[in-house]
Amino acid sequence: MDKMPQWADVVLIPLISLLLAAILSALVILAIGENPWAAFKLMVEGALMRSAGWGYTLYYATNFIFTGLAVAVAFHARLFNIGGEGQAMLGGLGVALACLYVPWPHWSLAILGASVGAALFGALWALIPAYLQAKRGSHIVITTIMFNFIAAALLNYVLVNILRPVGAMDPATAKFPEATHLPTFRDMFSTADNIMFRGAPANVTFFLALAACLVVWVLIWRTRLGYELRAFGHSESAAQYAGISPVKITVIAMLISGALAGMMSVNTTMGESERLILNSTEGAGFIGIAVALMGRSHPFGVLLAALLFGFLYQGGAELALWTTIPRELIVVIQALVILFTGALDNMVRMPLEKLFLAMRKGDA
Amino acid sequence: MDYMTLLQLLDSTVRLATPLLLACLAGLYSERAGIFDIGLEGKMLAAAFFSAAFAYTTGSVWIGLLAGIAASLILSAVHGLASITFRGNQLISGVAINFLAAGMTVLVAQNWFKQGGRTPSLIGGARFEPITLPFAEALKDVPVLGPLYYELISGHSILVYIAFALVPLTWWVLFRTRFGLRLRAVGENPAAVDTAGVSVIGLRFAAVAICGVLCGIAGAYLATALQAGFVKDMTAGRGFIALAALIFAKWRPWHALGACLLFGLLQAIALRYQNIDLGGIVIPVQVMDALPYILTVVILAGFVGKAIPPRAGGEPYVKER
Repeated sequence: MDKMPQWADVVLIPLISLLLAAILSALVILAIGENPWAAFKLMVEGALMRSAGWGYTLYYATNFIFTGLAVAVAFHARLFNIGGEGQAMLGGLGVALACLYVPWPHWSLAILGASVGAALFGALWALIPAYLQAKRGSHIVITTIMFNFIAAALLNYVLVNILRPVGAMDPATAKFPEATHLPTFRDMFSTADNIMFRGAPANVTFFLALAACLVVWVLIWRTRLGYELRAFGHSESAAQYAGISPVKITVIAMLISGALAGMMSVNTTMGESERLILNSTEGAGFIGIAVALMGRSHPFGVLLAALLFGFLYQGGAELALWTTIPRELIVVIQALVILFTGALDNMVRMPLEKLFLAMRKGDA
Repeated sequence: MDYMTLLQLLDSTVRLATPLLLACLAGLYSERAGIFDIGLEGKMLAAAFFSAAFAYTTGSVWIGLLAGIAASLILSAVHGLASITFRGNQLISGVAINFLAAGMTVLVAQNWFKQGGRTPSLIGGARFEPITLPFAEALKDVPVLGPLYYELISGHSILVYIAFALVPLTWWVLFRTRFGLRLRAVGENPAAVDTAGVSVIGLRFAAVAICGVLCGIAGAYLATALQAGFVKDMTAGRGFIALAALIFAKWRPWHALGACLLFGLLQAIALRYQNIDLGGIVIPVQVMDALPYILTVVILAGFVGKAIPPRAGGEPYVKER
């Protein structure tokens, strides 16, 4: 018998956790001498009230959808992929190689090619930890952390020594050719006398992210592979008894996860900077953890959580611009969300379960 | 490379290995008791900031050290609450602690000092000064051994000597005392410890607290001895290198010393030489940066002896089961 109804598990607990994180964040803002309500209004103003604000919010959200889905898919197989950051870095390399060395005739083909490159490189970077976990029992959390650092060093080497154009100072590739430039929201939604999304980096990759949500949903709940993935996540021994190979599922789950994390780079590298720079991921791989936890590993939940974090990111930038609150506030909020929705889940859950059990007894 | 260069390189190795060693021993206590801790980085960072902030404000490095330890202990308490009391996921809790420290330190630093998320430079009594060991000056001219004593062994801050002394102490506590036996048992088979009438929760909280104190010293060393003041993200992945060293050492104190010295040496080499030219083959500096992590993956893969973590590590203890 379930201890509480499904809606409480899916909606109520994340909301309470979020509320707790919000209250603590407000206290932090109060402690550094700013008004939390005014700060919140400023964030809404900057992120949601103008189309340019939305353009940034959706741009960040695109990154977080990809990395959130990456963590979520791995979670379903009870694997904690903390290496989204490194996989996204390598994905960026895949995008750069695809854009620089293939003469694409049109951006629509280029985005497909770049996505394949990003997914391939991201998946490859997840393959070694996956294989080591499956075959040698090396803890996937530790190996993926290590691979984040190795990816950073590798990318640094490749950018400084190989891909940097002759004579350039900063470690970055050359600008991608014109044909690979993706249409931004401004190109897509502006009319002649009404320019929308002015200067905002949101681009067509957002729709790719929405499609990824749908694909992941179908994969997890409507295919045999998804069933095997979830069965493995719920009980490894039961899955094995049902003829599901743990090695195969671990490797496949991590490959999908790595590919999704890698595809984040299509948005940052191809859509925004239009060349590969050293720190293009900016911690988005780690925010995926918070997004997946908040979204309860469901693609729709991930979408909502990614939008929320997109709002927080853009709002946080506005705060840094207009008040004395530094951008790091968003890191604190992110930490609190991870803490309450992830690690302190039982703190909210245990009293609620007691409450629902008591109510049920009252009914009977 | 002449003798003096070698000594300087080793000297720098000792300095760079010290924070790794302290954090590594911190992780050793925690993980031996069955509590995984990937929040070493965050605890060090918080301690680095608060030690520098208090040392600057009071002018006393010792008050700074205490403040750093206190900050680290608070984060340890959060980790203990999440992973012991509420039986949450220890890895997720660690991730949260890392971010909490990364954000809060800059937030508070900006609020207190308004210098873009750093503390002002520490001078005089606000720093741990190098200690010249007895006879170092007198013996300096003795061939070979004199410079060795003067350059390498003497002239470090007190925290370096504490860190190195903690290695045999940790070995003694873990393997020669009743507390240590119980601590190790709680990481392998908590049910057995519980059956013997010893509190699993109490032991694990004790381990997490020791971990907090050691991370606090490590952070304070970074900000008040190795460097003069706190800068944003100054731990720069050292918490994770310490974690790597812990696995490399297979959760044993003396091996932890070796692993930390090795990783410290790699850092010292990367700091001193950019690209290393080995007669035609150039080793880029990035290889030195990545080597600790690569070595750890190789060890974890079990190609060079198998690293077996404490058996109950990462699992919350549920009494009824």
